[in-house]
Amino acid sequence: MSGTLKEFDLSRDEGVRTLNGWLHGQASTEAAPPVRVVNPDGAHNIAVGADAPFNIDVIGHAGYYVGGMNKLARITVHGNAGTGAAENMMSGEVRIKGFASNGAGASAHGGLLVIEGDASLRCGISLKGGDIVVGGSVGSFSAFMAQAGRLVICGDAGEALGDSLYEAVIYVKGKVASLGADARFEEMTPADIDALSGLLQRAGLTHDPRAFRKVASARSLYHWNADANQEY
Amino acid sequence: MCGIVGLLLKKPEWDARLGELLVPMLRGMTERGPDSAGLAVFTSAESPALKVSLFQLEGTSDWGAFMRGLQAALPGEHALHESGRHAVLTTRAAADAIRRHITAAAPGVVLLSQGHRIELYKDIGAPGVIAERYGFAGFSGSHAVGHTRMATESAVTPDRAHPFTAGEDFCLVHNGSLSNPYLVRRKLEPLGIHFDTDNDTEAACRFLEWRMREGDGIEAAIERGFTELDGFFTFLIGTKNGLSLVRDPFACKPAIVAETDDYVAVSSEFRSLAHLPGVSGAKLFEPQPRTIYHWERA
Repeated sequence: MSGTLKEFDLSRDEGVRTLNGWLHGQASTEAAPPVRVVNPDGAHNIAVGADAPFNIDVIGHAGYYVGGMNKLARITVHGNAGTGAAENMMSGEVRIKGFASNGAGASAHGGLLVIEGDASLRCGISLKGGDIVVGGSVGSFSAFMAQAGRLVICGDAGEALGDSLYEAVIYVKGKVASLGADARFEEMTPADIDALSGLLQRAGLTHDPRAFRKVASARSLYHWNADANQEY
Repeated sequence: MCGIVGLLLKKPEWDARLGELLVPMLRGMTERGPDSAGLAVFTSAESPALKVSLFQLEGTSDWGAFMRGLQAALPGEHALHESGRHAVLTTRAAADAIRRHITAAAPGVVLLSQGHRIELYKDIGAPGVIAERYGFAGFSGSHAVGHTRMATESAVTPDRAHPFTAGEDFCLVHNGSLSNPYLVRRKLEPLGIHFDTDNDTEAACRFLEWRMREGDGIEAAIERGFTELDGFFTFLIGTKNGLSLVRDPFACKPAIVAETDDYVAVSSEFRSLAHLPGVSGAKLFEPQPRTIYHWERA
């Protein structure tokens, strides 16, 4: 990365279209300058579909799907994010300095999403391999049907945490209002402590990993059980 | 989808700016609700006479014939403030008498709201166009509730736009959809509660207002709503004294609140709040699911 700062003022020109068009048009990533986005004012789809190791700073609050489908880029929102922050992220890092609305990190396949504040409901729903670290608390139904990847919650969790979980793992420090169907607390192994330490370090958060509990799938929903009479 | 907006000014010296601050909020929600829009304004002063907001659903905006008919049927003091197909009638007659007269003798005129502070405008079209048409930017008052509609549950007509009202000085806007509005309606109609449209939000509005008329406070009424109203909702309710906000337990429908020393602003999304003075220093938060928020001017 080199070159002088490239600035996009979303209150002018074509706003998000100009920004995303420019990002998608960068053939060589070697010379991409750092990108600064000003006056986001809650606009949707900021820096969606980046496909190169950009450094993007969004100065203010972003709307829906900021950093969606991100590949390789490092995107920092210096404010809050609307619904679906970093949804379907493939790699790279999206950092929200404030709070994130519903469905943050939904279906993320890879990369790291850091939410320094709280995340709302359904954080990490259908997570497919990405990592999410939430500095605050998460709302209900977080990690619903999460298949792979890790969700770290430094605060509390709402209702039905990890409902119908597959192979994703949740580390939670605070209170859990309730676990979802088939989710259970498990022993923290040395490998979990190592993994969690690494995630907290990458997120820039200083919590003692031994203060966290692990939630994983009991795998009782993996096979249909007619005798259960739909009661899980 | 749909967009909801609300603004409560904490200091009377801001009242003259209510419309000017609110119009960009409404316009900001155009993508969420491009087919209709509406606004209920609660004026700073309480009118001693009854105020009735009217809309000519059919025909021209000739209010002269309407007023002659009203004067003949209900002789007395009536004053009309016209604004195209909208008008606010100030009258010493009883609300029921006005309603009966309209039903019997003024087909095509719809009674949108009644009360001593509320004035209501709604129409089909883009929010910015409607705001321009009725001069929303010039409105003053202590608080207001607005809506931009993307219709799902009933047709796109002015009377099915939000806000809906029931009783006096009570209105509600809704982002979401209810699955049991007819059940609610079948419960209320035998109690003598009249419905104007087949819209799901009207059922929620009439249900909550009925509970309050039966003695529930706003919180008790909404609590009862959690068990009686099935579906998705963010409701923003305007009453004589303030605003109430509630999201259903699944909270699929968004809302964000910005509060400063000068105002409380509510919207579906931040992009409708970005222009507000002092918003960068405001306390910003998303209302929790199944939690009732209520604000009044101190």
